[in-house]
Amino acid sequence: MASELKVPTMAEFFASGTVPEVLFWVGCAGSFDDRAKKITKAFVKILNKANVSFAVLGTEESCTGDPAKRAGNEFLFQMQAVTNIEVLNAYEIKKIVTACPHCFNTIKNEYPGLGGNYEVVHHTQFLKDLLSEGRISMEGGSFKGKRITFHDPCYLGRANGVYEAPRDLIRKLDAELIEMKSCKQRGLCCGAGGAQMFKEPEKGDKDVNIERTEQALETKPEIIAAGCPFCNTMMTDGVKNKEKEADIAVMDIAEMIAAAEDL
Amino acid sequence: MQYLPNVIFVILLVAGIGFFVKNVSRLKRNIFLGKEESLTDNKPQRWKNMAKIALGQSKMVVRPIAGALHIIVYIGFVIINIEVLEIILDGIFGTHRLFAVLGPVYDFLIGSFEVLALLVIVAVVIFWIRRNVIKLKRFFKPEMEGWPKNDGNLILYIEVVLMVLFLTMNGADYQLQQMGADHYVQAGSFPISSMIAPLFDGMSISSLVLLERTAWWLHIAGILFFLNYLYYSKHLHILLAFPNTYYGKLTPKGQFKNLQSVTDEVKMMMDPDADPYAEPAEDAAVPDKFGASDVQDLSWVQLLNAYTCTECGRCTSECPANQTGKKLSPRKIMMDTRDRLEEVGKNIDANKGEFKDDGKQLLNDYITPEELWACTSCNACVQACPISIDPLSIIMDMRQYLVMEQSAAPTDLNNMMGNIENNGAPWPFNQMDRLNWSKES
Repeated sequence: MASELKVPTMAEFFASGTVPEVLFWVGCAGSFDDRAKKITKAFVKILNKANVSFAVLGTEESCTGDPAKRAGNEFLFQMQAVTNIEVLNAYEIKKIVTACPHCFNTIKNEYPGLGGNYEVVHHTQFLKDLLSEGRISMEGGSFKGKRITFHDPCYLGRANGVYEAPRDLIRKLDAELIEMKSCKQRGLCCGAGGAQMFKEPEKGDKDVNIERTEQALETKPEIIAAGCPFCNTMMTDGVKNKEKEADIAVMDIAEMIAAAEDL
Repeated sequence: MQYLPNVIFVILLVAGIGFFVKNVSRLKRNIFLGKEESLTDNKPQRWKNMAKIALGQSKMVVRPIAGALHIIVYIGFVIINIEVLEIILDGIFGTHRLFAVLGPVYDFLIGSFEVLALLVIVAVVIFWIRRNVIKLKRFFKPEMEGWPKNDGNLILYIEVVLMVLFLTMNGADYQLQQMGADHYVQAGSFPISSMIAPLFDGMSISSLVLLERTAWWLHIAGILFFLNYLYYSKHLHILLAFPNTYYGKLTPKGQFKNLQSVTDEVKMMMDPDADPYAEPAEDAAVPDKFGASDVQDLSWVQLLNAYTCTECGRCTSECPANQTGKKLSPRKIMMDTRDRLEEVGKNIDANKGEFKDDGKQLLNDYITPEELWACTSCNACVQACPISIDPLSIIMDMRQYLVMEQSAAPTDLNNMMGNIENNGAPWPFNQMDRLNWSKES
């Protein structure tokens, strides 16, 4: 199956003088993190199935600079941004899709001021468009009737007001979508944002991901759906901490769709 | 002698308003100690936000109980102030119930003021119970000890006293009208105070007049006192909520500002024609300090935010760090910023308009790095604020100072940043391996 993955690079498109419909910005987690790589592959499988003409930057991609900026290193952020923008502009990129809300937010909101203007969509928005354009079809399959709760990534939800695209997709899987007590605009962070992913938390009573996992468990879900590789890690850790990993899966929405389609 | 009350009234009024004007100018001076930030864009959207969020209280009702109670007090405050206009004119001209000529309209107005006054008393009592009996958690964080707690209660007491005085004044007036006392025209309707009027049964006209006049004078004096109390209190939000929502952030919450001073440097570094050994121009300005370590490094809007905060604590109660027992409290960030700004303002006043270094700053003396590093930048505090305050922007500016001026990031973050610098990812993976996932099974 894996050998069937078609992952063309921008360089290949450029060499053949053609332009893809969209650039898939994989992000650092999607490229290197073992858990997140599964999300990347699931999304690519869907793109392949739908015959979407896409490309990745591959080795020409570099960190957007988001964690550096949120940690306070504006200098490093802008160095990363300017370098990435040079690459993106050289390839005349118009549209970018990414499965990471942090990359999504940074490229969409903070790159324009530094000369990078692109249409940027989160993969859940992109998948929803594919669905409404009839380019993919979705049957609930194994997800039919399952209790699923969706954890809003801060940088997708509050930061950019995208709440419905992921939820619409879950509903399309004929699953039972149950909301946590704090969701959407009042969704609780998983604890990874603002560069927290890369450091130990400050002293407190509890880790943020445990608090959020407890909220998720209150909904008695079979699946906790996520839309961010970092949230995914935090929630997976939380579920393990509660020793519930045998009963509850933490899955990205792209993974759910790929699984429903037996990709 | 006949005009003595008028003269005393005018003196009281001028003193009250004069002192208030002085406080407002001090407030303005302090706010503009902040850095310039031009927010003249998007006027229609800004007016709309102000109308919706401040005037329309749209974000208050996210919490329905507190929201509904607040709307009662807010409407009461705005509407009953129409009555203050009459009181002021009566005081200056020595008239009594000048607006009585409005006839049925006047009856309706006075009647609705009375109903609102009663509702305000009820709402304020519930607020007091929430703070002092139920002891809602968000009112009992470390930053609320001492003055902030007393301030909150004091405001409630003043509001009750003002409303009781208003109703007493009306009740006595109603009784005097029934008795046909001189000077007390038959005007107004008194749905609430007529209920307390029986308490005054058997009182002579002269003692009723004394009661009515005392309540009248204390009521207006109380209002002038309250007006001047604002500056020393969290209660400034009744005025500043309007400019604050007008100047609130319009861009997506996730969009943090790009520092222009850094952009200039990065551009120069990327410019192949730039001379790395060039002397700075003679008239070149001193380069901006990166980030913020004191209030003068923040923008004036951030300082306006600080004075606008009414310490409701919705931000803190939504903060993931605070919920899990970390020291960070977004409300404390705002209170510290305001307290330090006040300290700087007093320093300037004491030193003839010039700030003398007092060996203190916002960072460390008020806000510790431990608080700053606990933030997940999730924007829950920004979302929660009913009047568009942005504590996150201050946290981020102070992190910039810690990292870019002091290289004082936690070790883990230094490692992460080192990785980004060296191999373009926050983890130590080689950039050349970025596409390996596509070949793995």
